[in-house]
Amino acid sequence: MRNVAVVGVGQTKFGEHWDKSIRDMIIEAGLAAVRDAKIERGDVQSLFIGCMSSGRYAGQEHLGALAADSLGMRVPATRFEGACASGSLAFRNAYVDVASGRHDCAIVIGAEKMTDVKGPEAITSLAAAGDQEWEAAIGLTFAGLYALMARKHMNDFGTTREQLAMVSVNNHKNGVANKNAQFRMPISVDDVLKSSIVADPLRLLDCSPITDGAAALVIMSENLAKKAANPVWILGSGQGSDTIALHDRASFTEMAATRTAAKEALSEAKININDLNMIEVHDCFSINEIIALEDLGFCEKGKGGRFVEDGNIDINGKIPVNTTGGLKAGGHPVGATGVRQAIDIVRQLRGDSCNQLKNPLYGMNLNVGGSGATAVVNIFGREMKQ
Amino acid sequence: MNVGIVGYGAYVPRFRIKVEEIAKVWNGNAQAIKEGLFVEEKSVPDGDEDTITISVEAARNALARAGIPGSKIGALYIGSESHPYAVKPSGTVVAEAIGAVPNVMVADFEFACKAGTAAMQVCSALVRAGDIEYGMAIGADTSQGRPGDALEYTASAGGAAFVIGRDPLATIDATCSFTTDTPDFWRREGRDYPSHGARFTGEPAYFTHLLGAVNMLLEKTKMSAKDFDYVAFHTPNGKFPLRAAKMLGIDKEKLMPGLIVTKIGNTYSGASPLALTALLDIAKPGQKILMCSYGSGAGGDAFALTVTDRIEERRNKAPSTMSYVNKKHYVDYGTYVKLRRKLKE
Repeated sequence: MRNVAVVGVGQTKFGEHWDKSIRDMIIEAGLAAVRDAKIERGDVQSLFIGCMSSGRYAGQEHLGALAADSLGMRVPATRFEGACASGSLAFRNAYVDVASGRHDCAIVIGAEKMTDVKGPEAITSLAAAGDQEWEAAIGLTFAGLYALMARKHMNDFGTTREQLAMVSVNNHKNGVANKNAQFRMPISVDDVLKSSIVADPLRLLDCSPITDGAAALVIMSENLAKKAANPVWILGSGQGSDTIALHDRASFTEMAATRTAAKEALSEAKININDLNMIEVHDCFSINEIIALEDLGFCEKGKGGRFVEDGNIDINGKIPVNTTGGLKAGGHPVGATGVRQAIDIVRQLRGDSCNQLKNPLYGMNLNVGGSGATAVVNIFGREMKQ
Repeated sequence: MNVGIVGYGAYVPRFRIKVEEIAKVWNGNAQAIKEGLFVEEKSVPDGDEDTITISVEAARNALARAGIPGSKIGALYIGSESHPYAVKPSGTVVAEAIGAVPNVMVADFEFACKAGTAAMQVCSALVRAGDIEYGMAIGADTSQGRPGDALEYTASAGGAAFVIGRDPLATIDATCSFTTDTPDFWRREGRDYPSHGARFTGEPAYFTHLLGAVNMLLEKTKMSAKDFDYVAFHTPNGKFPLRAAKMLGIDKEKLMPGLIVTKIGNTYSGASPLALTALLDIAKPGQKILMCSYGSGAGGDAFALTVTDRIEERRNKAPSTMSYVNKKHYVDYGTYVKLRRKLKE
C-alpha cells in the first residue's frame, strides 16, 4: 500500500436547494474539487460516489454513471451505499483503489437531494437504513431508535437532558462561521429544551435536518501528490459492522462498529487516539455524539455527557468536535455527510477552515450508518506516513 | 380622471374558533402553534354562509361607500378557491343580488389566494379602457383545511369587495404581477381538501413571488419601500408578511393595522383585500399604500395606491373592517366540525 493524499475539495452549500437537482449538485461539488486540486478533469482515473437513496428521493439510480457522464469523466464509476455512512464508504474505497496502485488519481463524491419529497416520505426513506422487517415496519423511525438509545443512556449513566442539549449548542456555535452550513444561528440549552418533541426524550434541536447537498474531493498517490500545493495525507481507514437492528445488540449505548473501525484506522495510522487535534463525529442526533466520544475512547463509557458538559468538545477544549457545525448545524444530506466531514478535516489540516485551529497535525472523521450497523473512521495528517 | 377604488366593503363571519380549541383535539401545543403562526383564532362561516353570501355582504358595503346603484356595475369578477359550484358562476348570483344584471360582464376567477386582486387588475383595466364605468372586484373564501393538518389552524372565511372606477377614494397608481409555474399548494378536482408542499411553500413560493412582485412594482414606479405609509401583504399566517416586510426594510408598524390575520385567520382570496380595507378605514388623504397578494401556483399582484380626499366622506357609509373582526362568537370544535360539514356519513 502506498501513501495517498487529498489534494482538492469542493462542496455545494448545504440546505434547501429547491432549484437544483442531484445532478446539478454533483457537477457543482465535483468541478469545485477538480478546480481546487488544480488538475484537469481528464487527470481523474476513477470515480467513487456515495449516496443513500437517490432512487426514492429523486427517482434516479445508476449514480456512478450519472456522475461520470455529468462531470465528463469516462472512467470506472461506482456508487456506494451504506445509509448515512455512504459518503465515507465511497471515500474509503477510493483510498484503497489509489493506495493499491490500481489508479493514481480518483474523485470521491457524496450527494443527496432530499427535499424533492415531503417530510413523511423522507422519514420513511431514512427508516430503510434500519431493519425493514423488524424496525421500520412497526413504525420505528430513526428519531425513535436514537431516542431509545438516549433514554437507556440517561437511565444507565445519569446522562442529563441538558447534556444532550449542550451537544447541539456546541455544534450550532461552530456552524455560525461556516458559510456552507444550513443553520448559522447560535442556540441555547433552553432553546433545545423548549423545542418541540420529536421522539421523547429527543427534541427538534437534538435532530439533524433534512438537507440537499453534495461534497467532493480529489485524492492522489504519493508520487503525484508530492507535487500538489497543499496535500493532506490519509493515514488510516477503518470500517466496522454490527447488527442492523438495534434490538439484536448486546448494548443500546455502545456502537461496536465504531470501536472496530477506530481500532483499525488508528492501527494503520500508527497514532494514538489522544494524538488527534480535532474530530468530526456523526451527530445525526445529539445522543450519537456522546456515544461516539465514549466509543472512540475520549472518555469512559457513560461519562460522555459529563465530558461534553465540562467543555472538552469546545473549539478551545481538549478535543474540538465538529468545528464547522457537524450534522446538526451544518446539515445532513445523508450520502454527502461523510465526504463533507473529510473535507472539513482536510481544511483544518491545510489551514483554511472557517474556524481554524492552531497548527493541527491529526484529524479523524467518524461516519455512522443507520443506528450503528456501519461505521467508517478515517484519519488524516499534515505529514505523510513514513 | 384617475382610476382606482371608488368604494370598498368587508365581511367576516362572526363565528370564531381558538387555536387552543383545535390544538386540544389534535394534541397540539397551542402556545407553540400560536407563536409559530402568529395567529390566535380564526373565523368560521355559519352553515349557510359561503363565498357567494360573503361576496354579497361585502359588495353591498362597497356599493354603499361608492354611493352608486348596483345597476351601474359593468363587470363583476369574484376571485375565490371555494366557489360553491364547480360549474355555475358565483358571480351571477352576486350580480343578481346587488342588482347589476343583465348588462354586466361576469366570470369567476381562481388563482389560489390571489384571484381577488387579479379581479381588481381586470376591472381597473376595463375602466381605463373605457369599456365600463364601474367594475366590482371581489376576493372571498371559505377555505378548507384537512382535520389535523397545520392548515386547520388558519384556514378561515371572509371577503372584501371593491368598486373600481373614476373619482376614487384611493387611486391605483400602478400594478404588476410576478408569476411562475410553482406547485406549492393545490386542490385537485373533486377533492375536499388541498395539498401543500410543506416547507416548499415558504422561500421558493410565498417569498419569491411576493417579494418579486413588490420589487417589480418599486422598479416600475421608481419608488422605495419606505415611501409607503401602510402595507398589506397576503397573510397565510401572521409570520410570513412580517418577515417579508422585514426583508424589504419596511417598518412593522406600517403592517400591523392590516394584520387582522391574528384574529380571523387566513381568509385566502379575502386576505390581502381585507387587509387593504382595514387600512383604508384609517388612512388619511395623500397617504400611500403598498398591497401585494400571493397566490399559490404561483404569483403575486402588487399595487401602489394613493388615498384621496374622497376617503373621508365615504369611509363611514358602511361598517368598518374592525367592526367585523371584533364582532365574534366562539364555537367549540364539535360545532366547527358541524358548520364546516367535516362529518361524513
